Amino acid sequence: MSTVLHANKISIEFGGLKAVSDFSLNLESGELVGLIGPNGAGKTTVFNMLTGVYLPTSGDITLEGKSLLKKQPHVINHYGIARTFQNIRLFKEMTVLENVLISYHAHVGYNFVSGLLHLPSFKSREKEMRKNALELLSIFHIEGKQDELAKNMPYGEQRKLEIVRALATKPKVLLLDEPAAGMNPQETHDLMNLIRFIRDTFKLTILLIEHDMSLVMGICERILVLDYGQTIASGTPDQISKNPMVIKAYLGEEADFSA
Amino acid sequence: MKKIKSFPLLLGISLFVVLIVSVLIKLEILNEYVAQILSFAGINVIIALSLNLISGFTGQLALGHAGFMAIGAYAAAISVMQFNMPIFVGILIGGVVTSLFGLIIGFPTLRLRGDYLAIVTLAFGEIIRVILVNLDKLTGGAAGLKGIPYFVSAAAIESDPAVITWVPVLNFACITLTMLLILALSHNLLTSSYGRAIISVREDEVASGSMGVGSFQYKMIAFCLSAFIAGVGGGLYAFLFNYLNPTDFNFLRSVDFLIIVVFGGMGSLTGTLVAGYLLTYLQEALRFLQDYRLVIYPVLLIIMMIFRPGGIMGSKELSIVRLVRTGSLKKALQRETAADREEQA
Repeated sequence: MSTVLHANKISIEFGGLKAVSDFSLNLESGELVGLIGPNGAGKTTVFNMLTGVYLPTSGDITLEGKSLLKKQPHVINHYGIARTFQNIRLFKEMTVLENVLISYHAHVGYNFVSGLLHLPSFKSREKEMRKNALELLSIFHIEGKQDELAKNMPYGEQRKLEIVRALATKPKVLLLDEPAAGMNPQETHDLMNLIRFIRDTFKLTILLIEHDMSLVMGICERILVLDYGQTIASGTPDQISKNPMVIKAYLGEEADFSA
Repeated sequence: MKKIKSFPLLLGISLFVVLIVSVLIKLEILNEYVAQILSFAGINVIIALSLNLISGFTGQLALGHAGFMAIGAYAAAISVMQFNMPIFVGILIGGVVTSLFGLIIGFPTLRLRGDYLAIVTLAFGEIIRVILVNLDKLTGGAAGLKGIPYFVSAAAIESDPAVITWVPVLNFACITLTMLLILALSHNLLTSSYGRAIISVREDEVASGSMGVGSFQYKMIAFCLSAFIAGVGGGLYAFLFNYLNPTDFNFLRSVDFLIIVVFGGMGSLTGTLVAGYLLTYLQEALRFLQDYRLVIYPVLLIIMMIFRPGGIMGSKELSIVRLVRTGSLKKALQRETAADREEQA
């Protein structure tokens, strides 16, 4: 196993507020790691730093040895990190298929002039991209809806489409921000199997944020816990569920009724 | 069902319509006034298309397209009059010079998210107008630039005076064919991966960045293309009216184009086409109301915003190919991209 994504003591301040301090992360190839913590702990901020949306105030991030600091989000995506968003950010007025096709744009394979004149290279590549996109959609069981507008899909399927879209960029590391939010227990269960399946099929390394503990405990091999921007614990699901610091962060301090 | 190829069909229909109207103009069944309006409407459509590209498809509001049009018009007219360029080359020079200005404005502005472009282009349009007034050696200043040639060279008219009767026909044909070419290329672009990238920036800049689309790059491409097309439209305008005055390119002119885009539907090429002809005609048809014209026009817009806030077409496209294939107007109103996909499958 080798390190894929490495974050070394990254911190970020917004004005005087230190949102995340000294966060370190080491993702080995093929790992499935969970990032949990109460609301406002800084989990999504970590994702935003890893994907170049925010620039950390200090610290360093590397993907397979290449520094990701000060790189534009699309460049980081080309390096091999893809993500989904907590508050779904699909291209709402575009069709399901077009949403996936956007992700192939980095590997478009025909030039601007060919696109402008619809030359043969345009036609063959478009056909190929379309075929690949439909295959990906069928893995997630949303293949029959490719011509629907993304905004008209049910919520659960929108979440799945976000994952498909991220996968289509052919990433090495996939960051999932609350993939099961708004799903019922059955859907969450199916999603768990799906996440494992895509990890194995596409040889991915996955970092996911999730509040649904059945999902986190069920599929993550390792868990990191954030609270108020600090990493308060890390370990296997078993260790985490017994860690007093974690229980305190989630349930509050044990009430003392003796006084 | 026999498969109908979209390209030859559309080309055939377009050329047929242009030919018929040209013949009607030549036979003076449509008089010179109508020909002028039809030609002018074509120019309005061209510039509204260019505005739709940046505002409707890329989601960046621009308020200075009259300025772009002015640069294109003056650059084309001056290169033909002073440097004896052929008219065709002059129009292209107008487009290129305008897109260079687009590059200069876009480079600092499009890095930012939000409506900064609207403010900067608004100011830019006004600055261009003032500069044109003050560069009187080159542009004729406030008195205007006179003596711009027709679409046929002066020499040709001199050798055979009968050529002059072809001028309205030539105006109409040159402008309408250019407009159709721009429409077709815009459609091609927007259904390609580059076009999808441009639209994704409008839909969600953060998401498109995370999916590997460099939003700045695609905003720049769309903006420079938009400036180029507006410049070409300006060049055509110069040779249609043979006279340019800086006051023709004021802020209200920019707003006229925006109204066409909004009326037709932000993000609909065919909507812009329909609205461009409709509104240009309406401006002429309402002339008998004189100043009340300016009351009717906004009232119409308000009614439109109440009952069809997305414009005539919304973001849909009217597809003649579908109309021919299915014979049903309703199905023809489906998104054209769906028709294209069928084609490729």
